[in-house]
Amino acid sequence: MSSAPFATPVSPLHLAVALDGTGWHPASWREPVARPRELFTAGYWADLVAEAERGLLDFVTIEDGLGPQSSHFLDPDDRTDQVRGRLDAVLVASRVAPLTRRIGLVPTVVATHTEPFHISKAIATLDYVSTGRAGLRVQITARPNEADHFGRRTIPRIRAYDDPATRDLVTDLFDEAADHVEVVRRLWDSWEDDAEIRDVATGRFIDRDKLHYIDFEGRHFSVKGPSITPRPPQGQPLVTALAHDTVPYRLVARAADVGYVTPHDADQARAIVAEIRAEQEAAGRAEEPLHVFADLVVFLDDDPAEAAARRDRLDTLAGEEYTSDARIFTGTPAQLADLLQELQAAGLTGFRLRPAVAGHDLPAITRGLVPELQRRDAFRRAYEADTLRGLLGLPRPANRYAAA
Amino acid sequence: MSKPLKQIHLAAHFPGVNNTTVWSDPRAGSHIEFSSFVHFAQTAERAKFDFLFLAEGLRLREQGGQIYDLDVVGRPDTFTVLAALAAVTDRLGLTGTINSTFNEPYEVARQFASLDHLSGGRSAWNVVTSWDAFTGENFRRGGFLPQDERYSRAKEFLATAGELFDSWQGDEIVADQATGTFLRDAKAGAFVHEGQHFDIHGRFNVPRSPQGRPVIFQAGDSEEGREFAASSADAIFSRYAALDTGQAFYTDVKSRLAKYGRRPDQLLILPAASFVLGDTDAEAEEIAHEVRRQQVSGATAIKHLEWVWNRDLSAYDPDGPLPDVDPLPGEHTVSRGRAQVRMYRDPLATAREWRELAAANNWSIRDLVIETGNRQNFVGSPATVAKTINEYVQADAGDGFILVPHITPSGLDDFADKVVPLLQEQGVFRTDYEGTTLRDHLGLAHPDETGAAERVES
Repeated sequence: MSSAPFATPVSPLHLAVALDGTGWHPASWREPVARPRELFTAGYWADLVAEAERGLLDFVTIEDGLGPQSSHFLDPDDRTDQVRGRLDAVLVASRVAPLTRRIGLVPTVVATHTEPFHISKAIATLDYVSTGRAGLRVQITARPNEADHFGRRTIPRIRAYDDPATRDLVTDLFDEAADHVEVVRRLWDSWEDDAEIRDVATGRFIDRDKLHYIDFEGRHFSVKGPSITPRPPQGQPLVTALAHDTVPYRLVARAADVGYVTPHDADQARAIVAEIRAEQEAAGRAEEPLHVFADLVVFLDDDPAEAAARRDRLDTLAGEEYTSDARIFTGTPAQLADLLQELQAAGLTGFRLRPAVAGHDLPAITRGLVPELQRRDAFRRAYEADTLRGLLGLPRPANRYAAA
Repeated sequence: MSKPLKQIHLAAHFPGVNNTTVWSDPRAGSHIEFSSFVHFAQTAERAKFDFLFLAEGLRLREQGGQIYDLDVVGRPDTFTVLAALAAVTDRLGLTGTINSTFNEPYEVARQFASLDHLSGGRSAWNVVTSWDAFTGENFRRGGFLPQDERYSRAKEFLATAGELFDSWQGDEIVADQATGTFLRDAKAGAFVHEGQHFDIHGRFNVPRSPQGRPVIFQAGDSEEGREFAASSADAIFSRYAALDTGQAFYTDVKSRLAKYGRRPDQLLILPAASFVLGDTDAEAEEIAHEVRRQQVSGATAIKHLEWVWNRDLSAYDPDGPLPDVDPLPGEHTVSRGRAQVRMYRDPLATAREWRELAAANNWSIRDLVIETGNRQNFVGSPATVAKTINEYVQADAGDGFILVPHITPSGLDDFADKVVPLLQEQGVFRTDYEGTTLRDHLGLAHPDETGAAERVES
């Protein structure tokens, strides 16, 4: 497939930005724009999300974890030259919700050690405080040290990726995550929308026939319900997940509204989308809308040489070349717009951009990439909906427990 | 020499899920929409209150095997709504009730440390324990804990969370962009806890927050609860708002502090208190009576009687006489998820006493429940209420009160506008915030300074 310009009329694409500390490059905190001393303040996060909203982005995701960041895949490190420590992502999202009006807020939640009952009401509440802009990004953790923070079970060490024991462990963790999401979703529906009746004549505040036990019984937990929190404004807030392989693709296909994938070119994008769509069909969800977004790390400058030089400078500061599961893009907003449109044509519906340096590459997205896409009629010129589901063209779902 | 005037502490309990909340009043708004929380919190902050207080219940209450439908049902997640309220207030403390039975220390410590960062040092934790397998059906842990283990788990939970809060000293983050040193100490956040209930180790991932630790509240009333508070809490949310019971509780708990090496001003006693205001004392009494009737409908009166009788009384007429059958002895089975039923320790005696009261006064079931329950603590004109609250605090019935209005979200408005200015005129309540953190408002030292303060004293 050739690159832009496209002869056929373009359909708008969706854009999210993934917020993680001072940015995705481990040396990003050393850039003059980085504000590393403010990382643990509300003002820092409020400014980033306001910038994303200024660019009319669909939503921001906020990374999180149940242990310190590490340069190792599985173990903590003793590095003192990178950002360590982070605030709870759900609370960061909630803290910025009243300061924003239209942008979606999608914090990371870890399914492995947390209570689905707590997560469900937390995201429902985020939906209330943002009046319909909440979602979650579900994540698993296979880190033994994070299991030790909870002390309830031991996670065996992954030895090698192709080891059958590794496959079993990862499959088990994703099965648990699927159960977690199922419980979270059932709890969101455990109150019908009109359950609160305030009937003074009979003295009844609720119609209890419109509250439902979810009676979930699984291998890792059983949850009775109903939620203590009424059904949130969107009915079902957005469920999203990052996926690199068949097992997580299946979770995306069965349970998510948006999946983030990491193709490095259009052919890979086509293959991944085909696999997810096949899983979606196998799960009986073929008719349901499911977005597949590609994740891209971005170094954006008006001059491509400047972007490359910036990347080199950060790699030098970090002492090694930056690598990522996602494709790393270095170039201009127009070049990135070309790439996004090429990948969109391969079946993706949107992108989650990971700014290499939040203080530089986020404004480059909102003030450079977005106007470029708007010129191509490939991105919104104003927010067209006041809920996150609305921005993504997802209907407000019927309640699974309501009598038809 | 006369005692110096005590400064009063005031807090606001969001009405919500509470059997004293009147939802049938035309002025009653939503208990779940964020705008209600904003109105309530901003009113409390306008009145210079110390903090807002949120209760919690992790399973919807049931009675007679069905979800209880007569009171307000439904509430938000505590942490999430407090974090959002931090965005619409600047000084107000944010106190959340969080259960130590159905949570894990690492996660709760992260959430409180995060809330403290995101609010600039305004977080507080009311530590409660849960009592039954009924609530446990919503959680991984499930399962019932016997009473003695509940407190031992709660104490160890709190101690463990404290170790996590203290695993960062506060000076680790250098973030020197020139030299590339982000952390001064590679082991920041390292912790090891080996105990009966928790065996955990690793790295805590939230740096030291502005208050060091959230302010710790305790609400239990048992012997273990009082000792727990005397050893480990900064404040008590008590239910003794009357003058005599308040003074007795105050004296009892404050006298327990010395054996833990603590001074009386290191533990604040803050009873929950309801109030009704009128232009005159007589008008306030009339309104208070009407509110009690709103709080106890006929249906509610029957349900309330079942808490004592421990049997289905739905066949009885709330406007008729009390049941002639006696309460069912043994374990309470009718009501689940409600703490109040445990207050009736001798149901047979209570039933006998209530029958005598009803007969003597010619009261129906509903009259009896209205007259014996939920009488408001402070009723009167603004001048009377301000005077009474001040007298109670000066007489050591408490260090202040956590006010529980009966209307959401506007139930605090009149108190803020009419009573607070009178307390300010009397010089017993702040006219503006003097500090930025909740510890500042409550006169509590930062954990890092506690040792220093004690040295100055001695």
